Amino acid sequence: MNKNVENKQPLTGTEELSLNDDRRVRTLSPGALVVRRFLRNRVAVTGLVILILMALFSFAGGLITPYKEDQLFYSTTEQRKQYAAVKENTEYRYVTASKDSFPSVAQAKFVLARKTGKEIFEAKKVTYTCVDEGNDVYIIYKEGEESPVAFATYDIVSSSTGEEEVPFLLQCEIIRASAEGKDGFVYEGDTYEVTEDGAVLSEGTEIAYVSRYVVQPIMGDVFLSRGFKDALIESVQADDAEFSYTDEDGTEAVYDITYDPANQSYKVLQTVETRVFDTYHSPTKEHWLGTDKNGMDMLTRLMYGGRVSLYIGFIVVIIETLLGVLLGGLSGYCGGWVDNLIMRIVDIFYCIPSMPIIIILGAAMDAMRVDPQVRMIYLMLILGFLGWPSIARLVRGQILTLREQEFMTAAEACGIRASRRIFRHLIPNVIPQLIVSMTMSLGSTILTEATLSFLGLGVKFPFASWGNIINDVNDTYVLTNYWFIWIPAGFCLLATVLAFNLVGDGLRDAFDPKMKR
Amino acid sequence: MKKFILKRLLISAVILVFVAFLIYVLMRCLPTSYLEQVARQKSMTPGSKSFDEWMAQLSATYGMDKGIIPGFLSWCGRAIRGDFGDSWKWTVPVVEKFKDCIWISFIMGAISLLLEIVIAIPLGIIAATKQYSRTDYAITVIALACFSLPTFFFASLMKLVFSVKLGWFDLGGLIGRNYEQLSAAGKFADKAHHLVLPIITLVVINIGYLMRYTRTNMLEVLNADYIRTARAKGLSERRVIYHHAFRNTLIPLVTMLGSSLPGLFAGALITETLYSIPGIGFVSYQSMVAGDIPFSMFYLVFLAILTLLGNLLSDILYAVVDPRVRIE
Repeated sequence: MNKNVENKQPLTGTEELSLNDDRRVRTLSPGALVVRRFLRNRVAVTGLVILILMALFSFAGGLITPYKEDQLFYSTTEQRKQYAAVKENTEYRYVTASKDSFPSVAQAKFVLARKTGKEIFEAKKVTYTCVDEGNDVYIIYKEGEESPVAFATYDIVSSSTGEEEVPFLLQCEIIRASAEGKDGFVYEGDTYEVTEDGAVLSEGTEIAYVSRYVVQPIMGDVFLSRGFKDALIESVQADDAEFSYTDEDGTEAVYDITYDPANQSYKVLQTVETRVFDTYHSPTKEHWLGTDKNGMDMLTRLMYGGRVSLYIGFIVVIIETLLGVLLGGLSGYCGGWVDNLIMRIVDIFYCIPSMPIIIILGAAMDAMRVDPQVRMIYLMLILGFLGWPSIARLVRGQILTLREQEFMTAAEACGIRASRRIFRHLIPNVIPQLIVSMTMSLGSTILTEATLSFLGLGVKFPFASWGNIINDVNDTYVLTNYWFIWIPAGFCLLATVLAFNLVGDGLRDAFDPKMKR
Repeated sequence: MKKFILKRLLISAVILVFVAFLIYVLMRCLPTSYLEQVARQKSMTPGSKSFDEWMAQLSATYGMDKGIIPGFLSWCGRAIRGDFGDSWKWTVPVVEKFKDCIWISFIMGAISLLLEIVIAIPLGIIAATKQYSRTDYAITVIALACFSLPTFFFASLMKLVFSVKLGWFDLGGLIGRNYEQLSAAGKFADKAHHLVLPIITLVVINIGYLMRYTRTNMLEVLNADYIRTARAKGLSERRVIYHHAFRNTLIPLVTMLGSSLPGLFAGALITETLYSIPGIGFVSYQSMVAGDIPFSMFYLVFLAILTLLGNLLSDILYAVVDPRVRIE
């Protein structure tokens, strides 16, 4: 308003102002003067601009970025995985009718009987008879029972369908047929065919096959088809190092075969594309600053980290200012024993080494496995609670000097009540100092929080903070090779803290009416 | 004067007792500690007592079974006689471990303080005499940047540039790999070589404050009436600044530096930890993280004593250096 009036007057020129007319002088409110002085300080304005940019980066950036704070990214790499194992069977395998029908003691007795050529042997007071079917196939009967309890052979009957096991008695028949070289048999009224390569057909479809090789999948969810097994066994017999197989869908895959002498088996390794976390990826078009060790987008983490750092800074400063103004104000205004008590408390707090205390508390929270979100709140409370004494001292000092000044005496003389005197006349005069110290302590709080997070004792994963982003640098490999992980976060931190300090410095100068310029 | 010092000492002692009590309560209230860890380990061994029994036995051994107030009183009683107990982590008496590691911290602190004085005070004076010039802006921004610099970030940058890229220094530690084979002079040189980066870091981190402090105080003096008088007398600008103004700036400077002397023994927790220098800061960091109560207790109380000593020194020095201040 004042400015408008002042500008118009000379233009119209209707009125000659007298020399001591107030309107000849540009009058500005104290607030406007402060703003003008602040804006004239180029360094401080630069600081303000940096702060605005940082706030935009952290708060608006989080909205613009296409990724979420804890979104994971994957990449595919080629990994050699164990796919199957092949073993040639060189020992008798016992297939039993039910789980306990041919115990291991009886198996041992059977081997002894085989060596001495006996056909009847006894184990655990049960007598067994073994019938030699030729071709190393033995079928074992319990005395007094008609159906066999087990059979022993080098060959293995496996189901072709991969669904259920072939019933014991059917297996028995298959083995007997293949041992005798028959090309068919009848079991429970059905006719089965046995081909030369060991396949068992029922009504033209293959249901099982007989083989001396054990082929087992290593991964749980893989079923190996008959064709695959046959092809594999062929390659193993031919001592191939590589083996390729085209499955029914027509996709061809190449496998490596290695012999493992330890357990005399062949291992089949498949080279597969595997999805892994895209860790420490260099900057690309999608990820401007690459990805971090968890495969998260670095730029997004940086934005959210800025939010956390700023939030913590502001909340801590609000807590410590409230406490400081309340206690400092009480102390300064009341005086006497209240003042004495509060100031001694301040003295005690001054002596408490805050950094070590926070480190101890952080380590304790680590041990208690405090939830990261709760932990962040504790961190703010601790920092705020340790930070108030300096503000209390400042407020008290200010109030002590202001209390003695004439305007306070005048206020008292006017009969203004005490609460109004404090809040309308005393506190507004403390505010400039308070704003300066708040700005400065915002910077230092952010720094403290970052240091703690860097040591792993502050903000924890999954939350990002500039400090815990730089934490990765503790790994020398990251320090050496992945600059994009820690240097941007460091510069953000430096820029923000520096900007707070510049603004605080500029405000101090601007608030000081004695300053020249 | 004597009476003043005596009174201040008494107040400091009372404050110290309160601080020690607060710290003791905090340490005792921690939900977990080194003891629990040890008890858990011992109860894991086959045929051992249960965790609770071990815990009870260890607590009794280390005097942790008493209530907080009797425990504190007995701690005080022993601490006054200089017995701070045995460190749990380092398994030696606390005082012995302290003697091992304090000197390296002190040397680091002293050298960096000297360097700071040599660099910061002239720069601060230049900035003040050329207020609002380009030089002043540059120095102000550098000073603010120095104390806005996160220690860990700066140390990492230094390591990247000087240790990794240029290979001039080791990444951390106080002694090199072949330390044992070196001659006495070689050992000294090796240690000095390992201290270069930590000292540079300390200087850069701390220099900003001293620079600002010098500038502010110099400005205040330059605005004083006697400087105007000196100029009015026609003295050369050199003489005005270095003879009249600087001597008066020395009053707050000496007070501030004097009161920071006890702090030299406090060690640099972050810097030492980052460079793995086995000084008091790094050692106590490890103790604190491990929950070693005797050592942490000692370190925290030690820091409180240093702070109180610093305050006391600053009051006394203020009176000694400035003849205008009289203490009745």
